[in-house]
Amino acid sequence: MKPNLWLRIGFYLLVAVIIVYAVFPFYYAIVSSMKFGSDLFTPNLLPAQFKLDNYVSVLSQGVFLRNVGNSVVVAVVVVVVSLTIAVSASYALGRVRFKGRKLLLLTVLGISMFPQVAVLSGMFEMIRALGLYNTLWGLVLTYMVFTLPFTVWVLTTFMRDLPKELEEAAIMDGASPLVIVTQVFLPLMWPALVTTGLLAFIGAWNEFLFALTFTLSPEMRTVPVAIALISGASQFELPWGTIMAASVIVTVPVVGLVLIFQRRIVSGLTAGAVKG
Amino acid sequence: MAEKLSLNQSRIRSAWLFITPMIVVMVLVAGWPLLRTLWFSFTDADLKELGAAKFVGFSNYVGEYGLLADPEWWNAVLNTIRFSVISVTLETVLGLIVALVLNAKFPGRALVRAAVLIPWAIPTIVSAKMWAWMMHDQFGVLNYVLMGLHIINQPLAWTADPALAMNAVIMVDVWKTTPFMALMILAALQMLPTDCYEAARVDGIHPVRVFFKVTLPLIRPALMVAVIFRALDALRVFDLIYVLTSNSKDTMSMSVYSRQQLVDFQQVGFGSAASTVLFLIVALCTAAYITIGRVKFDGDAR
Repeated sequence: MKPNLWLRIGFYLLVAVIIVYAVFPFYYAIVSSMKFGSDLFTPNLLPAQFKLDNYVSVLSQGVFLRNVGNSVVVAVVVVVVSLTIAVSASYALGRVRFKGRKLLLLTVLGISMFPQVAVLSGMFEMIRALGLYNTLWGLVLTYMVFTLPFTVWVLTTFMRDLPKELEEAAIMDGASPLVIVTQVFLPLMWPALVTTGLLAFIGAWNEFLFALTFTLSPEMRTVPVAIALISGASQFELPWGTIMAASVIVTVPVVGLVLIFQRRIVSGLTAGAVKG
Repeated sequence: MAEKLSLNQSRIRSAWLFITPMIVVMVLVAGWPLLRTLWFSFTDADLKELGAAKFVGFSNYVGEYGLLADPEWWNAVLNTIRFSVISVTLETVLGLIVALVLNAKFPGRALVRAAVLIPWAIPTIVSAKMWAWMMHDQFGVLNYVLMGLHIINQPLAWTADPALAMNAVIMVDVWKTTPFMALMILAALQMLPTDCYEAARVDGIHPVRVFFKVTLPLIRPALMVAVIFRALDALRVFDLIYVLTSNSKDTMSMSVYSRQQLVDFQQVGFGSAASTVLFLIVALCTAAYITIGRVKFDGDAR
């Protein structure tokens, strides 16, 4: 009985370590965001006070709210556009056998592994040629390079596993492919759409390299760029309280979404990487 | 018969119609920019006047001023390899431990799983900033705690000290991506058949032995795929390093190097050569991923 008890204590100790390790940095960011002035420079682990001055300052000064708005607009449009295109493509890739299908899927998978920097100079030229430099539309377009392959891939695997009888019955009734996709399959695909939509949203919300390179003026930046470029009077005087407040503001919605949709996200992640 | 054939043909025709938007977008945002980058890598293109680029052959790659003769490039290559190997190894080991814990049944398991997801959900930029603050040389909580525990005697400059900077970057990356690894491994663990565990328990085999003899071989394919997936991600690392240590030589990765050449130095030709080489490296690894992962493209195999 005794070694069993020790084993159990050890196990719960391990669990505690994992929880603290995972949660502490975010917890500490919240604590720091509520400290103001010189309190910030005494690193106590418990919040000594709840001052919201940092939040007021980050939201009132500059264009931070505008940046949050930019991020929301870009992420939502990216999700809607990539899901629309991906549902359409996944019908063809998942339900119809045609020549070149394998090659297309292979290409889609390959593109999802692209290092973003590999298309940077070509994209820069294209964005400027289309007059989209320093606009949110430029970001929406470029984000397709990482959201679309992923959504196509996951939705194709999902579409493939839907029962054949449904489609056959619809064909018997003389339904066109468009009707089959929108009336028969789409209602069944909600779980997969929610999962891939969330992952695409998070991807777009967190993206940094393109947003940093393809925007110029502060009011066109998305939140990650805005946070990365918050600066103080000098390199050594970064306003850490403000940075932490901004960080908490952009993280809370994502963490909330992830915790609410835990199961869906986990299944989506594994479908994207392992299953195939 | 003829009717059935035409039905099939019209199905294939509409399939191409349905797939066209995706192909158009992919050509526009992936194929074309990639080809242009490849072309730029053979020119002397400058960011201000991309149109005035002249063909210069392989001189961005080889020769006196070529990429392969630049010690900074090799420094970036070595940094990237070091970063990828160490962080992916640590993530795999820690992810395995976390996955095994989450695979056990105990009260509060849902809470642990939720907690573990938090680092994954936090944007990379934000986690870099959070850790930069925790690792602050003067006011950082990390130095404070370590000194309180008498592990170190004096505060460390985590991100500024050349000997520590890479470790700091790896530390943050491990924190941020271990959850992903753990979830991948957990998914594999939950698909394992239970009967061989029953058999092992009946035979009284030690759990540690069972882990190495039964569990590990069974999850190895999934583990390999997760490792390669993470390694591909690590090879192109940019955000974390750029925010944590900016363009410092001690931590500069291939992506950071390429972007610095492209944007900061405006040498699009040379920078494109660097990103093309990075692309080739990642492409090779992707081919390995597709082969080892035995990714299936057909409907019959799930």
